[in-house]
Amino acid sequence: MKHLRTSALAMACCGLLFNAPSAFASKDDDKDDDKKKKKTATAAKPVSPRGLMLANTCVGCHGQGGSSLGPATPTISGMAIDTFTDAMKAYREGKRPSTVMGRLAKGYTDEDIAEMANYFVTQKFVRVAQKTDPAKVKAGKKLHKDNCEKCHEEGGFKDEDGSSILAGQWLPYLQFQMADFNAKKREMPEKMAKRLNAMIKDNGDKSLEEVAHFYASQQDKKAK
Amino acid sequence: MNRREFLKTTALGSMAAGLISIPYIAKGAGQKVIVIGGGAGGTIAAKYLKKMDNSLDVTLIERNADYFTCFMSNEVIGGDRKIESIKFNYERLKKHGINVIIGEVTGGDLNAKTIKVGDKSLNYDKLVVSPGVDMKWGAVEGYDEAASEKMPHAWKAGPQTALLRKQLEAMPDGGVVLITAPANPFRCPPGPYERASLVAQYLKHHKPKSKVIVLDAKDDFAKKGLFEQAWKELYGYGTDKSLIEWRSAANQGKVSRVDAAKNAVYAGEMGDEIVGAVVNVIPPQSAGKIATALGLTNDAGWCPVNRKTFESSQAKDVHVIGDACMADAMPKAAYAANSQAKVCAAAIVAALQGKEMVAPAYVNTCYSIVGHDYGISVAAVYNYKADDNSIAPVQGAGGVSAKDASAEDRKREMLYGLSWFNNITEDMFG
Repeated sequence: MKHLRTSALAMACCGLLFNAPSAFASKDDDKDDDKKKKKTATAAKPVSPRGLMLANTCVGCHGQGGSSLGPATPTISGMAIDTFTDAMKAYREGKRPSTVMGRLAKGYTDEDIAEMANYFVTQKFVRVAQKTDPAKVKAGKKLHKDNCEKCHEEGGFKDEDGSSILAGQWLPYLQFQMADFNAKKREMPEKMAKRLNAMIKDNGDKSLEEVAHFYASQQDKKAK
Repeated sequence: MNRREFLKTTALGSMAAGLISIPYIAKGAGQKVIVIGGGAGGTIAAKYLKKMDNSLDVTLIERNADYFTCFMSNEVIGGDRKIESIKFNYERLKKHGINVIIGEVTGGDLNAKTIKVGDKSLNYDKLVVSPGVDMKWGAVEGYDEAASEKMPHAWKAGPQTALLRKQLEAMPDGGVVLITAPANPFRCPPGPYERASLVAQYLKHHKPKSKVIVLDAKDDFAKKGLFEQAWKELYGYGTDKSLIEWRSAANQGKVSRVDAAKNAVYAGEMGDEIVGAVVNVIPPQSAGKIATALGLTNDAGWCPVNRKTFESSQAKDVHVIGDACMADAMPKAAYAANSQAKVCAAAIVAALQGKEMVAPAYVNTCYSIVGHDYGISVAAVYNYKADDNSIAPVQGAGGVSAKDASAEDRKREMLYGLSWFNNITEDMFG
């Protein structure tokens, strides 16, 4: 783990932009024929001194380069610019439930948020092994394939069209989000609401817990 | 190479080119920055100076080889956490190229830009002083360093934390625990009340006939509404069975004198004697004494600074951050120190490179754990106001946790509080 942390730091240090796949997504990659889904993702720019200044205020809580050591605060590194921006604006406008984030997001302008987003998209999502329930992971994997995979592509490793990176995200955070979606406290796209409701109808509330365990367990994309 | 790889490579190339043009080699190279104090401010200043300009020669000087965080030390006192889990050292910071000296700074000559560590004299181009606080011995009559071995303050973590824990464990059921809280300003404004909560939690489960009395030099305190709500929910606050009693200054709570031999404190206008089975005196504080030795403190014992750069108002090329400095609305808290250290590092790097400093950004987040699965927080975002050299909270942002939040939200805040600890300590020592 020490090595991972060090390399993440080294990257943060140089400010080099290694990990920005979602920012360069192209329409050619998108096999989904849902027209609404297709939009050009905002591209990353070099991190400005002001961007670094702002991001520095985030990483005390969210971890080095945005990769959290948990147990609950989410990793925000590697998050696509549009996903980050939408999330911050939703927090700021009170449209997304939170404990502390809503209070903090109100302190930032659109320009500030853009600068922060531009920093975190450049940072590598560093995963830390966490305890998950193998039976739930197994069930969750099937549920993911049947219900989620179309948007949460590549096992949840990819952040595209606001999907966020779910693979290796902290379990309590995933559980909070699933609970908030289910309680209709957090808005979700219509397509997701349909899939989620269908999943719960067929598999019960426990399915929310199972998909959370599945995503939390995903540590290595290549080992999939 | 496929299309995606091509895009990545070219993007990387153009971005790297943009960044490498930062001309630090011209001016910053080899310049010496000394950071005094390896706590929440000093570790971050040293590390971020290196992150922002790796050519700087950065030295961190800290008195103790092991550092115990004050944050989460109340969990140790309450018995939910082992002291080893709040113990850190400076080995990993060395890997960033920071020179670490374990030793005590005894003085210096700020005109000659030198400081003394033991028998050595070190010179600097820029000095960062992050000494935290020292107790004002004698400010409460009878409370000096010797008395603190009998009646611990535990306001610096380490042996004092262990001592207070030991006393609580040894206390017979039915004993009274006294906590005296100072007037503002002091380190960690919600700390005495978090401590009262976690001591009450310990008593509830292990010594239910006992209670905590907080004797306060104030009539109000940080997150008061939330603490009192939690105390009602968890510790019977306000009933005759309450595990916590809070006496404000207006209600005879202000302690003027203590007697360590009798384990007694004297409170209120008439100086009523109250004897405790365990007495935790949190005395008034000032900036760490090295700040005074270097001539950086004002009459009140704190360090006035330029709020944008944290350069001392009393010494050129010397910056003061963390609990020791005066930072207006920013509390004396670890995250505030962390945020100030990063702003300060940016200011120093800009000055050494002969560049204009970018607009600063400051944040504070602070969690208090008041019981099992029960956390509360306060947060703020601040901006620099050039017209009156102040740090002001952004209006409409920040504030404390919702008053009537659900049990689920309180539990989430506890887990976010634990995450805060893991991530801020990695920021400091990783």
